[in-house]
Formats: sequence, C-alpha cells, structure tokens
Amino acid sequence: MLRSLRWKFILYAAITLFAILLFLPTLTSQLPSWYTKVIPTEKIHLGLDLQGGTHLILEAEADKAVESYVERIKNNLKDDLKERGIPAGKVEREKGNQIVLEISGEKEKWEKLLSERYSTLQELSSSEIGGGIWRITLVLDSRQTEQIKKNALDQALETIRKRVDQFGVSEPEITLQGTDRILIQLPGIKDPQRAKSLIGRTALLEFKLVDEEGDLEEALKGNVPEGDIILYQRVVDPKTGGVKKIPYLLKEKTLMTGEVLKDARVALDSQFHEPYIGLEFDDIGAKLFEQITGANVKKRLAIILDDNVYSAPVIQERIAGGRAQITGRFTTDEANELGIVLRAGALPAPVKVIEERTVGPTLGQDSIRQGIISILISAVLIVIFMIFYYRLSGVIADIALVLNVILVFAVLALLRATLTLPGIAGLVLSVGMAVDANILIHERIKEELRWGKTIRAAIDQGYHRAFTTIIDSNLTTVIAAVFLYQFGTGPVKGFAVTLFWGITANIFTAVFITRWVFDYITLKLKIKKLSI
Amino acid sequence: MELIRPNTRFDFIGKKKFTIWVSAIAILLSLGSIIYHGGLRYGVDFAGGILLQIKFSKAVEISEVRNAMEAMGSKEAMVQKFGGENEFLIRIEKGSEDLEAMSRQIQTSLQERFKGQTLEIRRAEVVGPKVGKDLERKALWAVLLSFLAILIYVAWRFKQVSYGLGGIVALVHDVIVTYGALSIANLEYSLTVLAVILTIIGFSINDTIVIFDRVRENVKKMRKEDLETIFNISINETLGRTILTSGTVMMVVLILFFFGGPVIHDFAFTLIVGLISGTYSTVYIASPVVLVWEKYVSKGRKRSR
Repeated sequence: MLRSLRWKFILYAAITLFAILLFLPTLTSQLPSWYTKVIPTEKIHLGLDLQGGTHLILEAEADKAVESYVERIKNNLKDDLKERGIPAGKVEREKGNQIVLEISGEKEKWEKLLSERYSTLQELSSSEIGGGIWRITLVLDSRQTEQIKKNALDQALETIRKRVDQFGVSEPEITLQGTDRILIQLPGIKDPQRAKSLIGRTALLEFKLVDEEGDLEEALKGNVPEGDIILYQRVVDPKTGGVKKIPYLLKEKTLMTGEVLKDARVALDSQFHEPYIGLEFDDIGAKLFEQITGANVKKRLAIILDDNVYSAPVIQERIAGGRAQITGRFTTDEANELGIVLRAGALPAPVKVIEERTVGPTLGQDSIRQGIISILISAVLIVIFMIFYYRLSGVIADIALVLNVILVFAVLALLRATLTLPGIAGLVLSVGMAVDANILIHERIKEELRWGKTIRAAIDQGYHRAFTTIIDSNLTTVIAAVFLYQFGTGPVKGFAVTLFWGITANIFTAVFITRWVFDYITLKLKIKKLSI
Repeated sequence: MELIRPNTRFDFIGKKKFTIWVSAIAILLSLGSIIYHGGLRYGVDFAGGILLQIKFSKAVEISEVRNAMEAMGSKEAMVQKFGGENEFLIRIEKGSEDLEAMSRQIQTSLQERFKGQTLEIRRAEVVGPKVGKDLERKALWAVLLSFLAILIYVAWRFKQVSYGLGGIVALVHDVIVTYGALSIANLEYSLTVLAVILTIIGFSINDTIVIFDRVRENVKKMRKEDLETIFNISINETLGRTILTSGTVMMVVLILFFFGGPVIHDFAFTLIVGLISGTYSTVYIASPVVLVWEKYVSKGRKRSR
C-alpha cells in the first residue's frame, strides 16, 4: 500500500507538472528557448467576444458562377454556329443554366457540333416549331454544375485569404462552412468597415469597347442597340461631395478580364500627384492587349470594375509590353484597396455578408476585466468557505480545485481551443461540479464516521460510495456535452468543449488526487483524528 | 461542522400535494407570459437584425440619438442606454435583405450628425434571418438529442425507465420556468442565454442524479420501507450536500450578477432562476414522477401479468 502510494505520487506529480508546463505559454511569451523546443507552445486563444474583432459569415452566390459559365458557353456556341454556317435565330440563356436555340438547316450538322464540342450540355427538349426551324433547349449537366459551384467556392476562399493576408490581420481564420458559406474571423481588427468592403468586393475587372456609332441618347430612352449595354461612371465632386453618374454605351462583349493580370501597383502621378493603379499583364494578357489596342486605334476602351466604368481612354496607338493604368480621382485608401483586390483576383461569384459580429477592442477588455474580477472573487470565496467548513479536508479539496482548473487550461492550450463567453459558462459549470464532487465525498466520509467507522474505513467507504454518484452525475453531463458538441454550432460547441474537459479533469482531481492525499495522511502520517 | 443534523426527517415528499400546485402555477405563469408576449423576445442572434453598441465621447441625450435614427428613416429602431455614460444600444429587428448595408449607413449618418464627437463602435452584430433560424434549429436539435441520451443513460444505469423519465421531466420543467422568467422580466433571448440554459440543464441533471443515486443505495438497504419513505430519507440524507453545493454555486452566480458588468448581467439573472428551479425540481418534480410512475404504471403492469 505504501509502495503504491509512492508510485501514484510520481504519476500524479508528473501529470501536474506537465499540465503546468503546457499552460505556461498561454500566460507568458517570454520563455527560454530550450522550453519552446521541448514543450508544445500552443496557446489558448481568446474568442472574438472577449478579445475584440470581427466575425463574418459570407454566403457565396455560387449560382451566379454557373450563370456566367453558361453565358460564356452560349457566346462560344453563337460563334461556332456562325462559323459552321448554321442559321440561328435565337441563342439565349434561360433560367440560369439553360440555353435555348432556334436553328434551322441540316440536322446532322448541329447535332455533330453539339456532341463534339458541347458534351457538358444535355438536351432537355427539341421540337420543330415550323418552317424548318427547330427549338432546342439545352441544360448544363448536374455533375458539371456541382463542379463549377465547388470550384467557385474554393476559389472564393483562396481569393479572400489572399486579400486578408494583404490587409494585414494577425491570425485570421478563413474556413468553409457547410456547402456555400465562408466563415471569416479577424481578431483585433481596427477598421472592420474597410475589411468588409475589401473582402466582399467581387473585383471583376473587364475591358470593353465604347460603341462609337451607337446613339447614347436613344439608348438611355430604352432603345439599347443589339449587343450593347449601358454602364455608368461615378464621379464625386471634391467640393460638394455630390455624386454624378456618367453613362456610357458599351459593346457587351468583354475583350479581356482581370484573369490575365500579373500585378497591380499603386503609384503617384508625377504631374498631378494623384494616385493611379499600374496594371501589368502576364504574357497571354500582354499579347491580347497588344492585339486589342492594335485593332481599335482611335476608339475608346472602357476599364470596368464590378460594372462601374473607371475610365475610358482613347487608344492612341498599339500598346505592347503589357502595361496599362487605371486612373480616376482616388483617395490613397481607395487606391490601396483597389490594388489589393486586383492583385488577389476576382471572386468567381458575388458574396453576401449574412452574419457579422464585431466586438470593439475596448468592450472585449471591459468584459474580460469584469469577468475575471468576479471569477477571482468567487474563487477566493469558495476556497475560504471550503477551509472554513471542512478544515484540513477543505485544504485538500482546494488543492484539487486549483489543479482542476490548471488541467483544463492545459488541455485547452494543447487543443488550441478558443475560449469564448459560452466556454467560460461551461468552465464555471464544471468548477461547480468539482466543488460538488468534493462536497459529496466529504459529506459521505462524515456520514460513515458518524456510524462509528474507523477513519480508514470511513475514507474507503466514503470514496467508494461517492464514486458511483460522481461517475453517474458527471457521465450524464459528459454525454450531454458530447451531443451538444456533435450537433451544436459555434457557441454551443464552445460550451460543450470546456464542459467536457472540465468534467474529465474533475473526475481525476476530485476522486484520485484527493484520495491520494487522504491515504497519505492516514497511512503515512498516521493521524488519529480526521479534520473534516 | 455540520449544517444538517443527522437523522433529520423533513417530510419533503409528503408536501407534494402542495408543491404540485406550486409547479403547476410556475409553469402556467411561464407559458402564459410567453404566450401573452407572443413568444420569447428573440434577440438579434436568433431573429435576425442589427445591433449596434455605440459610445459617444461627449454627453448625448437618448432623445437625440432617437431623433437621429428617426431622421434617417429608421423608425423601427429601438434605442436604449447601456452600461456606462453616453453609451447606447441601437437595435433593429428585421428580416430584410441588405442588413449589412443598412448597418453601414446608420454608422456613417450618426457620425455625420454628431460631428464634434468621436463615435466608438463597441459592438456590431448583423445577423441575416436565415442564419438566426439555422442557429436556433441546430441548438434545439442538439438539446433534444442530449435529452434523449440522458434519458437512455439514466434509465440504463438505474435499471428503471421511471428514473430517466423523472430526470427529463425535471429538465423540461427547469427549461420552461427559466424561459418563463426571461419572458416575465422581458429580457431578450440571445446566444448568451442559450449558454445559460445549457448550464442549467447540466446542473439540474447533476442534482437529480445525486439523489437518485442515494435512493438506489437505500432501496437495497431498506427492503421493508416503501419507495416514498426511501425517497424522503434519501433527500434528507443528502440535504447537507444539496444546500452546500447549491449555496456555493449560488454565491458564485450572485457575484457574477452584482460585479460581472452589463454584458453578464442577464446571463447571471437567468442562471439564478435556473439554479433555484434545478434544485427544487429534483425534489418536487423528478422524485414524484418516479413515485407516480412506479405506483401506477409499473405496478399496474405487474398486476396485469
């Protein structure tokens, strides 16, 4: 018995020491280098509700990515039909992922074209509507649709990650949630508004020609020429702050997009000291740009970002070398933001902020300070109360309680868990149950003593009886915690994690550690009267 | 030290005719208040909407903030003082689409209106209606499934369905009463309150199991006594522990209530109600349910066999 006491002591002491070593990195970052080499330096992170920061959930409109893909296929199909001399009346996109054709001529010709080059399209219906004209409805097959959606989401995640990295946030967290949502956590961020506009921006850069022949006046009245669209340029008057919108009549066809960008830098105009953005294209982009500018000298080329015209300079000559500029009356902040989004690339689908939680840094500090003060007060009161009520045994219980908290923090640090307000609630509950476990044991020992048992027998019986109670009550709660973790979301999960580990630590400290101390003082120190 | 003398015999179970009325009235009041108020007052977390906590650098009257909100056309905005000086909560409960843009607009126009001041956005929450519903649905499922798991585990450990049932009925009672108190005090049902409900569930089931466990032990020892007496003895035997544990936890929660600050205030209030209900329900809900079940359902089955 005495030998096993020593072995138990070594085991318990080792666990305790290890827990303290694991917990230390959370308290201080100034640790000697040998320490960080041997001991995992994972820390407990404070949740955004305690630390301050912004939590965003974005919903990607992946259907839009499918739409634009089908739109591209439609345009290709239109060109192909023309090229192969198949007379086509109507070629339109419908319901997002369908293309409706009205074509005539030889049936084999178009069937060959469709099966050869458009195998991802499935024929939904096909009927002759008279006069040798066939109306064919094609739909993008479901596997391809899913693939596009998935790619769009992955790409959106990647793009947002790049943007956030460039914005400079320490330890951001950007993850997929479910099938169409992106969770973004930005701890300690100072300007959430700017971060949001940076992240949420589609940043689709397009180059389109201005329709020089079309009549803008007529178009504004509603008679937009076939194949043209109207887009606007927003001009802010620096004196009044008023916004003026200048309309442009543009060719709908996009000649080039931001996909071919290699770099985008903010620079200062040497003449007017206004910031502009210098674009640099990759090899393909450079060639394309040379071709486009070469073929359209003296015409205007509109530079469009997210359906806003930024500028529409006249092409003076063929431009080789793959460089262009976006000018406009930018503030330095605006220009920097544009630089970031252009470098990181466009989002393949627009995103919408469906949830935002921002906690200002001072509020986080306030709630931590008040929380810590009240937890400290309660801890001190519990410790004093236990000693007052149970004397020496109360001291033993207090040691177990302190150890319990250290163990939980050690595990949380090891798991790199995030401590949130609901997490603290779980911790408080588990500490409450630890106090309860100690009270259960002590009351039981007292009862056994009252029935005239010896100290040793009372301790044995007390632990034995209380153990079933503690296991049953704690296990029931653990089971609940596991279910809450499995099926709950964010806050419910945070609660479940601390509760689970709190109770696990509780069983160890309240049952095994205190038992060792009781055994030690009765067997080794041979005390005659138990102070309980 | 001894809080409760040994061989104390309060007749807890004997009072059940009286306490059934207490429980019934508590539940009726709770449900009545919830129905009267047209359901719980869902916070932005669940209902969707905007919540802004703004601190002004100089003194501002609440009416000025209200006027400012009305001037920008947000008539449905609720403005209330919060915590320290010059700090306000602005709340818009709405399921409309572009809440995010709306929140941005409110911030800029407030800044414009109170030009000489610095506005500190202490907290901003924008929750789309779909997100809130998702959150609520998932939380509800998690709680229901954990109830089921508790029922099965307790029934298995105590080898009687009635014990599992007693525990769960007590939990349902506690949850209803806590929601009722929330509704009567006209507090908002938020994520923090959800965390409290979970805590109460944990505490209440713990309390119930401790007494059931003693009953299980005494049933083996006292073969001659009827179950009602055994319950009474067991409750009395564990009374010291019940008072000590509940007392300690209550002390902690009271400290949170008085010193925890405004963010924790509602949290602590709900916890106080839940703790009282959780301790009460062990004796006056869980135990009678077991007794009634064993008396009518189990015995009836045995006789018919």
